[in-house]
Amino acid sequence: MSEQLINATYIIAAALFIFGLKQLGSPATAVRGNLLSAVGMFIAVVVTLFSREILEFQWIIVGIILGSAIGAVAAKKIAMTSMPEMVALFNGSGGLASLLVGWAALYNTGNTTFTVVTILLSVLIGGVTLSGSIVAWGKLSEVMNSAAIVFGAQRIVNALLLAVLVICCVLFAMEPALDSPYLYAVIALSLVFGVMAVIPIGGADMPVVISLLNSYSGLAACAAGFAIHNNILIVAGSLVGAAGIILTNIMCRAMNRSLANVLFSGFGAVKTATKVEGEVKPINTEDAYLILEAASSVTFVPGYGMAVAQAQHVVRELGELLEENGCEVTYAIHPVAGRMPGHMNVLLAEANVPYDQLIEMEDINPRISNVDVAVVIGANDVVNPAAREDENSPIYGMPIINVDQAQTVFVLKRSMASGFSGVDNPLFFGENTRMLFGDAKASLSAVIGEFKG
Amino acid sequence: MEAVFLAFVLMLSIFLGFELISKVPATLHTPLMSGANAISGVTLVGALGSAGAGIDGVATILGTLAVAFATINVVGGYMVTDRMLSMFKKKDTSGPAGGRS
Repeated sequence: MSEQLINATYIIAAALFIFGLKQLGSPATAVRGNLLSAVGMFIAVVVTLFSREILEFQWIIVGIILGSAIGAVAAKKIAMTSMPEMVALFNGSGGLASLLVGWAALYNTGNTTFTVVTILLSVLIGGVTLSGSIVAWGKLSEVMNSAAIVFGAQRIVNALLLAVLVICCVLFAMEPALDSPYLYAVIALSLVFGVMAVIPIGGADMPVVISLLNSYSGLAACAAGFAIHNNILIVAGSLVGAAGIILTNIMCRAMNRSLANVLFSGFGAVKTATKVEGEVKPINTEDAYLILEAASSVTFVPGYGMAVAQAQHVVRELGELLEENGCEVTYAIHPVAGRMPGHMNVLLAEANVPYDQLIEMEDINPRISNVDVAVVIGANDVVNPAAREDENSPIYGMPIINVDQAQTVFVLKRSMASGFSGVDNPLFFGENTRMLFGDAKASLSAVIGEFKG
Repeated sequence: MEAVFLAFVLMLSIFLGFELISKVPATLHTPLMSGANAISGVTLVGALGSAGAGIDGVATILGTLAVAFATINVVGGYMVTDRMLSMFKKKDTSGPAGGRS
């Protein structure tokens, strides 16, 4: 097939990507959108195989069979609660592919300096995406400590690292030999830089990191597109890059912090919150049942703790019992609840909660005072009134779900430890707050038992 | 001249990406991300060229590895997105038990 025909077919593939992404914007059309985008990818791959540049197929077949098997098994087996880790690993895999494509492109003959620079970019961004994603995966799966790792000279070390990286890039670009030590230095340094970029970011900031790495994986594909002069890589890569940046921005806004602040300062390292003192009022499941039974509107506010306790199914069961009881049930989702954008929505969808019952923060807050009971399940920072009131709090200014303004608040909590950021939460001492201590899943099951019994 | 042309494509695609994504509701952020992630596996198209050109042994190895990793990204990304999206359902009005399909 001629190159022109292939490029013309790429236009169709790009159009399918664009339509696909557009349809991903509404729950009703999203499944079809994803399918359209997959068809676009299929067309792009098949038409490329007809290219005259491809002479041998055995290695392509090996690679595709291997990749499909691993990807398919991973996608089928993964638990919904582990989705953030999975997305991180897929990001890393895409980054590695771009690194390798860039590297292999050096073996093409007649590369101009511009092409060599774009090859270096694709190696660099690909490398950062790869190692950054692996660290993100480690933090999310708790293989490594998920807290921010900050040390004194961090910024100086990072600046030096970046400077050496740039110098190696320049030296390589001036003399792009295939066995140049500068090439290996660029690969190694970009991997180190990816690690350094992600370790200072703490667990609760993970949604930002995941979306940023998503953006990087797109930009890496885009740079690889420049390296091999391929339009579809540039178009698709930059679409993904832009999507990731928008999500990153939404996440940052939801925490009222700048991207720079998330990336460079360990959470809570700067300020110490005013210690709140007070008495918590515990409640047992029997009393919790009586209050819920009498309530006419209940809002569940889930957080990462719900994912950890795998409590989404019992939450839905309780929600259904309450509805049968004539109660209005909603689920209020904070944009950064969980460990990736939209994490809670996916978990609740898995538990068969209809998506029209999921309410965004801006929509629930104006009417939260009419809610009889707000049930906080494993959320802490996103419902912490200190973000509104205490100027010394590290999360001051972050928009929160104002559960403290509901008639009654139930907080399901394992014990009296402070949440991820180590902030004391005045909500726990609130006049209208009742603490339901214990494993969230067990507590909710007990309440359900009361309903049925 | 080609570089300028490619940069032009880049600029337009970035703007298009911003326009497309900025209206996606929060409910769909995770599937959007994994769906976009699958699209970034488009590197596969480039990897095919490296794995099949038969220029050099090293380039073929690098290309084959790139094909494998990009395919993980593409196949895994689309499948997991589909799995997630098929769970999103509207409120079932036929009964309170919720329509499990």
